[in-house]
Amino acid sequence: MDNSGVHPDKAPDNQYIRICSECDLVHHHVPVARGQTAYCKRCGKTLYRGHSYALERSLAFAVCGLAFFAVANVAPLLIFSMQGNSNANLLIDGGLEFLKTDYWFLGLLVLFASVIAPFLLLCVIILMVAPVLMGRAPVVSGALFRAYARLRPWAMGEIFIIGIIVAYVKLSDFADVFVGTALFGFMGMVISSVLALLYLDPRELWLRIEANRS
Amino acid sequence: MTEISTQGQKPTHGQDLDILECPHCHHVMKLTAELKNTHHHLICSRCGLKVGHSRRHALQRTTAFLIAAFVLLFPANIFPIMRLVSFGEETRETIFSGVLTLIASGQYGIAVIVFIASIFVPIFKILCLGFLVLSVHLDIQWRPVVRTKLYRFVEFIGRWSMIDIFMISVLIALVKLKALATVEAGIGALAFAAVIILTMFAANSFDPKLIWDKRGQSS
Ligand SMILES: [Zn+2]
Ligand SMILES: [Zn+2]
Repeated sequence: MDNSGVHPDKAPDNQYIRICSECDLVHHHVPVARGQTAYCKRCGKTLYRGHSYALERSLAFAVCGLAFFAVANVAPLLIFSMQGNSNANLLIDGGLEFLKTDYWFLGLLVLFASVIAPFLLLCVIILMVAPVLMGRAPVVSGALFRAYARLRPWAMGEIFIIGIIVAYVKLSDFADVFVGTALFGFMGMVISSVLALLYLDPRELWLRIEANRS
Repeated sequence: MTEISTQGQKPTHGQDLDILECPHCHHVMKLTAELKNTHHHLICSRCGLKVGHSRRHALQRTTAFLIAAFVLLFPANIFPIMRLVSFGEETRETIFSGVLTLIASGQYGIAVIVFIASIFVPIFKILCLGFLVLSVHLDIQWRPVVRTKLYRFVEFIGRWSMIDIFMISVLIALVKLKALATVEAGIGALAFAAVIILTMFAANSFDPKLIWDKRGQSS
């Protein structure tokens, strides 16, 4: 089977083969220029993007995300006021207050999905990418990468923001609600996380890890 | 926009060459007969993450999670997800009545978002995954690209059902002025969270590569 170099015997460990995750079509990895995207020839699925200094950017956004996270934790998230009484909540209060009730399992879920997982994800990205950029490849890279892949579906910061907005709308029906600084801090963290994940190219990361190891 | 070309030759599938790409680290592996037969699920030789399940294992697990999620869909929608006490007046809110309250107060945009995330998405996700499992089980060859895209879509939207759970958590923490107003979660919320988690597990157990399997090629 002559298919412009894609030969079964050469297939394993070939760094220059990409297989579309959508339609299973085999492509050659052709480097694309910055800002350009490689699409699957048949189904149009995005295969990879051309970024320069992608890992550096990913690291920068992850650090940025942690700074926003600090802001999100110290300031109030929402301030609720009713007939002269008022109450403000912090980012983690949603999960913590929930933990004290009969439905502690939901508190655990909320705490993990809204705060712990997004925070850990940023930490894992930094711990994983920084050594690689410094030309090293620690043994823990593999474990960190697995943690990154497993945490990703549970980091629901963006969904939490919509949840906060719905709560805000519901409450403003019968009380005065004000938005605190933490909400903007948290939004900054979510946007930084999205960008950090966007620029984190796992293939590039692993090629660098393998190059650093040899 | 750059299109990768295989230089005008007949397109080749990974399946034909017995190679597959790790969905996590994009490592391309040779799928040996030994690897195919001896494992419940394939493990990537580079990153150590799960690459895919064996056919029987994936279908069984996905079906089990789907049935559990479907059963819990009923308590999730029937029982109240939260209880709001304001000026001694108690309001019990179910998922559906929550949407109605938003419509009544003129918040149509938010009402649509909550309706889609909390009512439409869980049902749609269970139906789609059920259809995908059935199509693999019956070996239907209908449009594998469409079915794979459907899987990716359903996998992506499932998490958004968490909106209601997060909303309740914010209300509980915020509305606790003892004499004036308090909010408590209801048993419906527990069932609803279980539905979301079970459908996430179901989507995770399913292997989209199975859609491309031709009968008898995979055990
Ligand atoms: Zn494709
Ligand atoms: Zn891998």
